[in-house]
Amino acid sequence: MANEGLDKAVSGEYALGFEIDIETDIIEPGLDADTLAFISKKKEEPEWMLELRIKALKKWETMTEPHWAHLDYEPIDYQSISYYAAPKEMIDSLDEVDPKILEAYEKLGISLDEQKQLAGVKVAVDAVVDSVSVKTTYSAELEKHGVIFCSISEAIRDYPELIKKYMFSVVPMADNYFAALNSAVFTDGTFVYIPKGVRCPMELSTYFRINATNTGQFERTLIIADEGSYVSYNEGCSAPTRDEHQLHAAVVELIILKDAEIKYSTIQNWYPGDETGKGGIYNFVTKRAICEGENAKVSWTQVETGSAITWKYPSCILKGDNSVGEFYSVAVTTLAQQADTGTKMIHIGKNTKSTIISKGISAMKGQNTYRGLVKINASAVGARNYSECDSLLIGSECGAHTFPYLESKDTQGQIEHEATTSKISDEQLFYLRQRGITEEDAVSMIVHGFCKQVFSQLPMEYAVEAKALLELTLEGSVG
Amino acid sequence: MSKGNNKSVMKIENLQAKIGDKQILKGLNLELEAGKVHAIMGPNGAGKSTLSKAIVGHYDIEILGGDITYKDKSILEMEAEERALEGIFLSFQHPVEIPGVNNAYFLRTALNAKLKHQGKDELNAAEFLRLMKGHLEMLGMKSDMISRSLNEGFSGGEKKRNEILQMLTLEPEVIILDEIDSGLDIDALRAVSEGINKMKDGKRTFLVITHYSRILDYIEPDYIHVLKDGKVIKTAGPELVPYLEEHGYDGIEED
Repeated sequence: MANEGLDKAVSGEYALGFEIDIETDIIEPGLDADTLAFISKKKEEPEWMLELRIKALKKWETMTEPHWAHLDYEPIDYQSISYYAAPKEMIDSLDEVDPKILEAYEKLGISLDEQKQLAGVKVAVDAVVDSVSVKTTYSAELEKHGVIFCSISEAIRDYPELIKKYMFSVVPMADNYFAALNSAVFTDGTFVYIPKGVRCPMELSTYFRINATNTGQFERTLIIADEGSYVSYNEGCSAPTRDEHQLHAAVVELIILKDAEIKYSTIQNWYPGDETGKGGIYNFVTKRAICEGENAKVSWTQVETGSAITWKYPSCILKGDNSVGEFYSVAVTTLAQQADTGTKMIHIGKNTKSTIISKGISAMKGQNTYRGLVKINASAVGARNYSECDSLLIGSECGAHTFPYLESKDTQGQIEHEATTSKISDEQLFYLRQRGITEEDAVSMIVHGFCKQVFSQLPMEYAVEAKALLELTLEGSVG
Repeated sequence: MSKGNNKSVMKIENLQAKIGDKQILKGLNLELEAGKVHAIMGPNGAGKSTLSKAIVGHYDIEILGGDITYKDKSILEMEAEERALEGIFLSFQHPVEIPGVNNAYFLRTALNAKLKHQGKDELNAAEFLRLMKGHLEMLGMKSDMISRSLNEGFSGGEKKRNEILQMLTLEPEVIILDEIDSGLDIDALRAVSEGINKMKDGKRTFLVITHYSRILDYIEPDYIHVLKDGKVIKTAGPELVPYLEEHGYDGIEED
């Protein structure tokens, strides 16, 4: 039927494509040991960190870019990327953040002013622009509870023992091509440590903003939840509208000890490029969590609406007995976006349990792939997995693909997998329209219904944001 | 039925329409008198459902000729949602399931779209729930029906009651009931009929499309139109029903 109407309804304009007008310190494009020395020096890192970076670079140089994913993109020239860019510091006040950056964050809906936040909904924010963290709020208040919340650069300087113990422990340095690249050149990102028995008193979050031209962003995040602790952490991101592609290759490592829980939510809204595939972020991310101790729990929730290319598989290693891993995902590909995303659930401990709920939405020329592995080791007696992968197609030029992999060495293990692919049917649209609801509202209603299971996992304020974002992405902001 | 002093609310003139390559309506004429109950009866394949789809602007239908006027204006160029907002309601023969969309949320969105269209204030959640309570009781629907996903996992009877719930809520002016009695047990049929009869106020107009006469024992029609091969071949009063019961459609002579 009304395919034109649908296309109009799903080609929402990118609302966050503005550029922050600030001066930037940026190094020449290119990648070699000198680049790493430059980054390490800028970050005032100890010598051992630089050595690790150089080791990673050497490994990376022996590796080749993987192409097994269902993605089609132009080759990336790693020597043409600039690996460090930072807003120039204001000379007169070292602690102050450039008002233009504050203003830009306000525009993104994030307040970096502790005083301005409404009572009762405190959210601590680490604000990262290009290669540096410009501000971390509520650090002092969190410190009273023993919670460490700072940029990874600070953590390398201030908490070397924790870094040495945990960095690369979940995602080894040469785990994959993009992780190795990140290990060599990573700039900023967030470090969180929740001490034993502490329930983090507020939501923690990081907002990543790419601003400089011709750079990539290579952040690294490390979160450690000590025994019996709990934290809910959220990340968001966006980038200016540009004609050329920009690379984002991040690594996130989560360590969950006995009886602890991490809830990790992502709202990914990198610039998606245009409908011909021009511009947009190449998003190659490695995220992995290990449930080290008994009864540890990790939950990944992601809403992926941005990026030209998404390659991302937040995974759970369920090592502790009775540990629990969850993955809830909504991935939207419209325009010419391509996403290959999913998860890996590795069951090692006894009675470990995992849940996978994946919702892929494709519109226009978008291509959406779910790729997931459920692996049950012989040691994982009594392990259980439930997977549900649903795809929703809007229009006839888009595509949805599902690649579930199952490996079970425990014959007692219970694995349940359900997959559906549906089209927003003309009958559904017509039904709603016959009740007086416009076609755009009808599409949005059906899509929201489809995503409900995942959105209900997000903290309240982010669920509202995710809904609004989905509306912008799919409904079109043109009035 | 063109008694001069009675006001017609909808007029269908020489309507020709096709679905795919097949012409179904072949010069259909029908006039709906405001406030009356019109029953459309006819054998399978006569074009009953096509007629209802043509009135509400379903995308399956291609109009080849003729016109449909509603309140003296042609509606053929109007979008489906505009026709709905103007007061034309179709109770679907097979209501679709829409997973994850809360029934109450859907109904309130539809109602508020209509109120907005009429320049009236929208209802807030509390006002809406109060309105629902009465309707649910009358239809013998459990209150959890409106917190479930729209039609998802509903039985045939529940789906039809849900159609009537929407009708009661949206208060349309022309109501098309497409095989409303199909798949209903006697209790559901009674509840559904009660809902329909409650809407009869002398102003609303009903177009009851049915294959069997059973529903007409509950909703008394004012006119019977016999549809055959894409045309209305006969219009008469309710006295035609027992004749049709006995002789079927074959013996009907064109007016």
